[in-house]
Amino acid sequence: MTSLPPQILSWFAARAWSIHPHQHAMLARKDAPATLLIAPTGGGKTMAGFLPTLAELATGNHAGLHTLYVSPLKALAADIKRNLTGPVTEMGLPIRIEDRTGDTSATRKRRQRADPPQILLTTPESLALMVSYEDAPRIFRGLQRIIIDEVHALAESKRGDQLMLALSRLQALCPDLRRVGLSATVDDPQAIAHRLARHPDPCEILLADPGPAPDIRMLETQEAPPWAGGGAAYSIPAVLDQIRQHNTTLIFHNTRAQAEIFFHNLWLANEDSLPIGIHHGSLDRTQRERVEAAMVRGELRAVVCTGSLDLGIDWGDVDLVIQIGAPKNVKRLVQRIGRANHRYNAPSKALLVPANRFEVVECRAALEAVRDNDLDGDPLPTGPRDVLCQHILIAACAGPFEATDLYQEVTSAGAYASLSRAEFDACLAFCATGGYALRAYDQWQRLLQRPDGRWQLRDPRASTRIRMNLGTIQDTDTLKVRLKRSRGGKPLGEIEEGFAATLTPGDTFLIGGQIVRYEGLREMTVEVTRNAAKKPKVATFNGTKFATSTQLSARILRILNQPDWDDLPPHTAEWLALQREVSQMPRHGRLLLESFPHEGREYLCVFGFAGRNAQQTLGLLLTKRMEDLGLGPLGFVASDYATLIWGLEPVTAPQDLLDLATLRDGLDGWLAGNAVMKRAFRSAAIIAGLIERNTPGQRKSGRQASFSADILYDTLRKYDPDHLLLDITREEALRGLVDFGRIEEMMARVGTRLDLRRLTRISPLAAPLLLEVGKIQIKGAGIERLMAQEAAALMAASGLAGLSQ
Amino acid sequence: MSPARPHDRQDAPAGFDVLFCGERLSLLGARALWWAAQSTLVVSDLHLGKSERVARCTGVSLPPYETRDTLDRLETLIAAQRPARIVCLGDSFDDDHAARNLPLSDLDRLRGMMVGRHWVWVEGNHDPSPPNLGGIALAEFALGPLTLRHIADPAATGEISGHYHPKASLRGQFRPAFLLDRTRLILPAFGTYTGGLRSTDKALTGLLQSDALAVLTGPRPLPCPMPR
Repeated sequence: MTSLPPQILSWFAARAWSIHPHQHAMLARKDAPATLLIAPTGGGKTMAGFLPTLAELATGNHAGLHTLYVSPLKALAADIKRNLTGPVTEMGLPIRIEDRTGDTSATRKRRQRADPPQILLTTPESLALMVSYEDAPRIFRGLQRIIIDEVHALAESKRGDQLMLALSRLQALCPDLRRVGLSATVDDPQAIAHRLARHPDPCEILLADPGPAPDIRMLETQEAPPWAGGGAAYSIPAVLDQIRQHNTTLIFHNTRAQAEIFFHNLWLANEDSLPIGIHHGSLDRTQRERVEAAMVRGELRAVVCTGSLDLGIDWGDVDLVIQIGAPKNVKRLVQRIGRANHRYNAPSKALLVPANRFEVVECRAALEAVRDNDLDGDPLPTGPRDVLCQHILIAACAGPFEATDLYQEVTSAGAYASLSRAEFDACLAFCATGGYALRAYDQWQRLLQRPDGRWQLRDPRASTRIRMNLGTIQDTDTLKVRLKRSRGGKPLGEIEEGFAATLTPGDTFLIGGQIVRYEGLREMTVEVTRNAAKKPKVATFNGTKFATSTQLSARILRILNQPDWDDLPPHTAEWLALQREVSQMPRHGRLLLESFPHEGREYLCVFGFAGRNAQQTLGLLLTKRMEDLGLGPLGFVASDYATLIWGLEPVTAPQDLLDLATLRDGLDGWLAGNAVMKRAFRSAAIIAGLIERNTPGQRKSGRQASFSADILYDTLRKYDPDHLLLDITREEALRGLVDFGRIEEMMARVGTRLDLRRLTRISPLAAPLLLEVGKIQIKGAGIERLMAQEAAALMAASGLAGLSQ
Repeated sequence: MSPARPHDRQDAPAGFDVLFCGERLSLLGARALWWAAQSTLVVSDLHLGKSERVARCTGVSLPPYETRDTLDRLETLIAAQRPARIVCLGDSFDDDHAARNLPLSDLDRLRGMMVGRHWVWVEGNHDPSPPNLGGIALAEFALGPLTLRHIADPAATGEISGHYHPKASLRGQFRPAFLLDRTRLILPAFGTYTGGLRSTDKALTGLLQSDALAVLTGPRPLPCPMPR
């Protein structure tokens, strides 16, 4: 039994609460340099993290900051403040608890810097900002512990890399700092522990009782799911039934667009007018907060949502989670279900709703994976160098530094433990001079080396600009959507700039559950009017699409190769049986290709099971190869399991197309000019500090002629192809949107075992791909021709074409 | 203004010919104006030395290749058109300091292009002082029936200007564009690192009449009604 101060013991006793075993275990390890606690939600995880702090602070002898708490969400920090202040007050402990996030007022922030509370709750970005201050040593003096909540979510993102770099600075300032990570269930706790601890410190992993296994099933419906699509509109009556039978239901979707469409359809069918809300990241903050508040008050029977609710707060009485569309990743599914249920001892209840016939198989695979506790995960990548560049700039803001000291600090962060000195020096050179092969205007470099060898900002005023651009969260460029003639009225939400560019006045689309009509663009705001149309003309705006994980894909292949499918609904079993009859099933160690004519075109379907991003990249590479071979490809579409290509000539020799070395060549040469690479470059350039999103006085000037990232990318490729940022871009793209790793994994899996089946007509497994959205035309000369046609049509329509002399 | 056929001489850059205030002008896909009757090439907003100014003012080191790239493209155009006169329509340099501090290699190339040509520097808001490079520097330049100046004068007619870096979109793709109506022609920026202002901005819709055209630059210039 660990000794606790009497105030704390009596507080527990007064409530007849016992201290959980994992809370005891955390107290016993309070002096360990690093500890990772893995516990289910609702299990007193946060209290387990804070108990040692409360015990140490009970004497009232500590001056200044004692414990930093970092969470990925501002809202979570505010929530913890509420939930911790209550007990601390009741225990009568002399502890001040405050939060500090982007929402905290400037006055309050100043006061916190002058007189820090004992416990400060914050986010990675706010912490990075604090670390960049010259008086950071004073602010953090006396800091004993840091608690990182949801460390599993942070560890997989650049925000986590930035946090761990900030931590390496803090550790240098406060050598005795102890680290605690709180995590949901993960596939590889060791990897998280490695990132959490100061390298090479050990990090003990504590596993709390995971509680009862979740109760997850597939939703049974009268109607069969459609062949393709992600809307799951067929399930609306069954979902409404479930909402009626439960107190509060969360309905998760994989994309915002799907959430919008589903919500719209749900309301059309909601004859009892059940109170149902919608919540996703594109909605305006005030709208989201209204839904959250209604949720907490228990006024809503259901919320249609996306991942923005994943790391949610205390959601009251949620007793059912519905996942619409196949979960593309088992770990995310389990965390989602666990999160929603805050009753520690009751099993979480969840229903999976396949959106189409193939997703029935995917859902079955996910259910098996959950049952076997087989969580998927890719090995965590090494620390990204664009984040390191930003960290070097942050260090420079705080004051002059010695390169060797900073290198040692950086490599004490697990993700950067293997960073070589040469790689570090290249990042430092980039921060200082841009790191170009052509040395130009050296007198204006951002960092310069002083006579004593230390590095500092050339112009100390630059720190303002650097601080304004801190952070690694990549927002796509979005535009606010507002009702016309409601100046100052609340925005309805945001849409991606790319989507806005495709709209013409009169188009209707869905946002915030209502259909609106696009009226025009006014000062970077999309103006719309309400529209009573039943069906939006433009159904969707873009949303992130997750790729099915490697592990889940392997399970799906196994299910497809079962001798029969008695455990699947009859409609799906019959469909699969027909595929086996007219063609064959894709198998794990082989690659199935189907070739068939359809409506005057020649089709090739490649069943790679490599996930959406990789199948898309495969489509780009294969069509390029087909173009070279004179097969006249016209377009393709990709799903998580296959790529369907159409063109003029049939493919008869697939081995000419699928050669890893040739594919890789295509990647270097042709894909380099691709939009995907440009997107990766833009992101790296912003994080590394080459492109500033925020500049002083930006609001005033309005049309700050921003240079386009695309032009910088093209210029670098032309004049400095070996530049650090291009190297980072390639690395990022290959493992992100391009996902070439999955193509390599597929090629390794199938080797030369290609099965080309020539069919007389489209196969059952290939047919749904024809209905997939996101068809891609082969660009090049084609797009110029289309633009010219459109220009000519517009000229003719306007009557201007007839004005010749 | 009157649109006519695109001209398709083999060696020449692709252009779209218009009759503007009685003068036949060719709007080149390469973001320059060719006035054959005057043997004059007009380019606007070169913004030479931009990355140097950005580094000086903000500390951010952009890839220092844009001046070289801008000069490369200008040299290609001069070789193709062999103009007797070149008019740089203002903001040729990103600021006066940049004008004085161009790398020697860039200055030599620029001087090489000026040899044997009548070269006019129209002053812009970024580069009010005449560059110390030869050629003549003017606040505005009258040529034939037309006036060339940096910033459009709302009261003027028969005017060619730059300054706004206009761009326009077709099928969701934005490109630098010429904007013109019967009395006014606004050139896209020629410099490599130059952002753009959408033709829908009220600064531009206010200057151009309702039947204005946008001519998108690119491999082939694409004329369309100016998006508003």
